[in-house]
Amino acid sequence: MNPEKVVFGFFILLAATLNFGFCIGEIDNPVHHSPYELFAAIVVNLIATVLKFGDRTQMGATQLATSLVADLGLITAAIIWGVSTYGMSQEITPHAMAAVVSFASGALFANVTSVVLLVVETVTLRR
Amino acid sequence: MSPITFLIMRRMRTPLLMLICAYAVAVLGMVLVPGPTLDGVRQQMSFLHAFYFVTYTATTIGFGEIPYAFSDAQRLWATFTIYLTVIPWFYGIGAIISLFQDPAFREARTRQGFVRDVRRIRERYYLVCGFGDTGSLLVKALTERGRRAVAIDIDPQRVNALAIQDYDVYVPGLCADASLPENLMDAGLKSRRCHAVVALTNRDQVNLSVAIAAKLLHPGLAVISRVGNRDAAANMASFDTDHIINPFEAFAEHLAMALRSPGTWLLHEWLSAVPQTALPEPRYPPRGGWIICGYGRFGKAIHREMKRAGMMTVVVEADPDRTGCKNCVRGRGTEEETLAAAGVFDAVGIVAGTDDDANNLSIVMTAKSMNPALFVVIRQNRHANDALFRAVEADLVMHASESIVHEVIALITSPLLSRFLARSRRESNAWANEVLARITAVTEDVVPDIWEVRIGDRQARAVGREVAGGNRVAVGDVLRDPRDRTGVLRCVPLLLARGETVTLMPADGEPLGFGDRLLFCGLARAETLMTWTLQDDRVLDYVLTGRPVTQGHVWRWLERRARRRESIDPSRV
Repeated sequence: MNPEKVVFGFFILLAATLNFGFCIGEIDNPVHHSPYELFAAIVVNLIATVLKFGDRTQMGATQLATSLVADLGLITAAIIWGVSTYGMSQEITPHAMAAVVSFASGALFANVTSVVLLVVETVTLRR
Repeated sequence: MSPITFLIMRRMRTPLLMLICAYAVAVLGMVLVPGPTLDGVRQQMSFLHAFYFVTYTATTIGFGEIPYAFSDAQRLWATFTIYLTVIPWFYGIGAIISLFQDPAFREARTRQGFVRDVRRIRERYYLVCGFGDTGSLLVKALTERGRRAVAIDIDPQRVNALAIQDYDVYVPGLCADASLPENLMDAGLKSRRCHAVVALTNRDQVNLSVAIAAKLLHPGLAVISRVGNRDAAANMASFDTDHIINPFEAFAEHLAMALRSPGTWLLHEWLSAVPQTALPEPRYPPRGGWIICGYGRFGKAIHREMKRAGMMTVVVEADPDRTGCKNCVRGRGTEEETLAAAGVFDAVGIVAGTDDDANNLSIVMTAKSMNPALFVVIRQNRHANDALFRAVEADLVMHASESIVHEVIALITSPLLSRFLARSRRESNAWANEVLARITAVTEDVVPDIWEVRIGDRQARAVGREVAGGNRVAVGDVLRDPRDRTGVLRCVPLLLARGETVTLMPADGEPLGFGDRLLFCGLARAETLMTWTLQDDRVLDYVLTGRPVTQGHVWRWLERRARRRESIDPSRV
């Protein structure tokens, strides 16, 4: 067992599950989407990204790319949430909420790709 | 991915992970910790405010308690946050700084910078391996002519010397072993802009590997290499190294040529001197008995060539057993007794050819005081002693580095000139004297400029079109003065190369063909004027036919119409 692989797989899967957990629910209903979950998803995603730094293989490069895409989507979602809450009005509008969740869903797609790549890599590993 | 980005990402992994975790804990804590009660409502910090607070706290900026005065619980957590986040920040900054000071990282960075600099060169460039005495002279000569060069040397001191040299154009330098192909490729060996590789290191083995690498990795690339002995020269010749320069052999042959056919020798001197300087005063070495001091590589080559030229020679050598010298005078040659024993009073010339500059100077000074009429040939080993060798007033100075550079520059700037010189060696002395007379007639007292013209190239566009159209243009037409076609430009056509066949001193009536290459020598002014004839259709037309040059589209159109009508209706002509 390779401990590095364990940590790596753990963070990638955790990022995907947290992201999924955040996205599930009605798209424009703020009650269905927890800001804590978004925060956790961002943190775990960032950690997963940094873990992929310095991997020189082709697979590592693709993993890094998908992670960066997920980061981008999630951070954009967080910025929209913050701006619409404090910049526009006190309560988040359903319209803004829909934007937040759709960005997070985009990130989810990237995260799923990451998981698929991880599975592919594991399967092709001949040990 | 470049090795540098890879290295940075690899090293920054731990600090970044620590920073992310610390931020996550701090922000989450800030959000969860109960805030103060305002207007009966318990305030809770949002993620935006918490992230904002942690950001300015972690970077030690500290804007205060925002958006309201904190509760005690929040202050407690803020204290913890400060210690939690400031430490990873410093750790991260420290990691970056230590990475930049890491020798491996710096090495990788300089190499990457070098590779980038080489790739950025947009002109043709020359790869010079070995930046010692010869290499630095060559790079200087190249840059003075506006050519680009890239240098490799294994000695870091020399590469540093390159960095602080003030060349007209930037010369990238790499401190690496030139015998390793990887380093040569980093220096752009495989680039199509690399025009030639010049191997000038002081070790034959390294020069050999450079030549082999160049031949294998970039077929068709011109390879010029210096060698110190005949074995290495034969080895290089075996795999078609384009030009092998053995400075000692070359000089010895040169000296022998001066003895055998002074005209040919003077022709060489004139054509390989720096253009537009005063013509070198001919100093013909006399025939008679010669003394050769030093029987090393140089001495041996001189000895052999002198023998071939039929001279009486006496060799003076300090260590006859090691150099394999039979029946020679034992001694350094710096003492009067040795020179007297070698017959300095009856000799006509002396060659001071040891590998020590101080000894060579001493030999010359002693010999001159004993016999002031001696013709003195002296070998200079180090470029730094230039002032001393000028002061000693020898008749011929053999400076290996300088003669290599001369030869390389001639090969690089004008390949036709080397062909001309090689062929001229086979001609008689009388022929050479005739050429000399023609050159003197056009140039007076300055060294002539030398230039090449290829019919059909951009700089000879008009002639190329004319010739391709089946019209006859002769060498003499190109030599006409474009301002007044009855006059002749002050230059001499030295050589006409058509494919593999070469004509020395082509006659004026010789017709030109497409792709022919011509070598001229003469005044720089003549070259400028000749460019007019070569490039401009109208000027060429005037030179060929004597019709005045017409300007403007309307007149030219009318003229063309008139000419066409002439050709259609011959009865009207």
